[in-house]
Amino acid sequence: MTVRLQREDFDIGAEIARLTQGRTDIGAVATFTGICRGSDGGERVIAMTLEHYPGMAEAEIARHVAEAEKRWPLLGVTVIHRYGRLVPGENVVLVVTTSSHREVAFAAAEFLMDYLKTRAPFWKKEECSGGADWVKVRQVDNAAIERWQQTGRRPEAAE
Amino acid sequence: MKLLYFAWVRERIGKPDEEIDPPASVRTVGELVSWLSGRGEEYAFAFENAKVIRAAIDHTHVKPDAAIAGAREIAFFPPMTGG
Repeated sequence: MTVRLQREDFDIGAEIARLTQGRTDIGAVATFTGICRGSDGGERVIAMTLEHYPGMAEAEIARHVAEAEKRWPLLGVTVIHRYGRLVPGENVVLVVTTSSHREVAFAAAEFLMDYLKTRAPFWKKEECSGGADWVKVRQVDNAAIERWQQTGRRPEAAE
Repeated sequence: MKLLYFAWVRERIGKPDEEIDPPASVRTVGELVSWLSGRGEEYAFAFENAKVIRAAIDHTHVKPDAAIAGAREIAFFPPMTGG
């Protein structure tokens, strides 16, 4: 398991290679990349600043990776979350999951992202043309977690 | 113990962290929020809607009824918006 918090960008190809190099048991790699959007609810976003709780952020992400490793036969997981000021188009977060088959890699990546959204101590502040304000939690993000808790699986209707 | 504040909780209180020594009658996270709210307008403002405030003791999420005895670091923050 690799969990990293950093200001700088990440290289998705290099991160995949780090997990798969020299191995022949991995048959599936799923990656999710979160990217800073240039608009939110019709308003133009100039930049986004991510604040985090050093120490707890790493610990909380690691706890969720450990939980994913308990649920699924994963062969390696990397989570990288950036902090600081990001402009639209920049990478924000990367989740890479590996397994022998795709179902596990897809499910674990989705599980980790759903938890990162509302349980990892990060806070986004958006700078828009009309000023800067803290991003509010989307109800669908809370609902996504509740479904994992109830069924252990995320049903089709996520929205 | 050390208190940490993040995002708009930090902005409203006006500092990122502080050392405090609450009275022995303050036993839980919820009681600590009430006690802090009485320390000044900036605290009352930060904690005005206690339901939305999240807390962590020593890097682990906790509920308002969690005991604070033995805690080294308690953090207060709004709902998280990572990812």
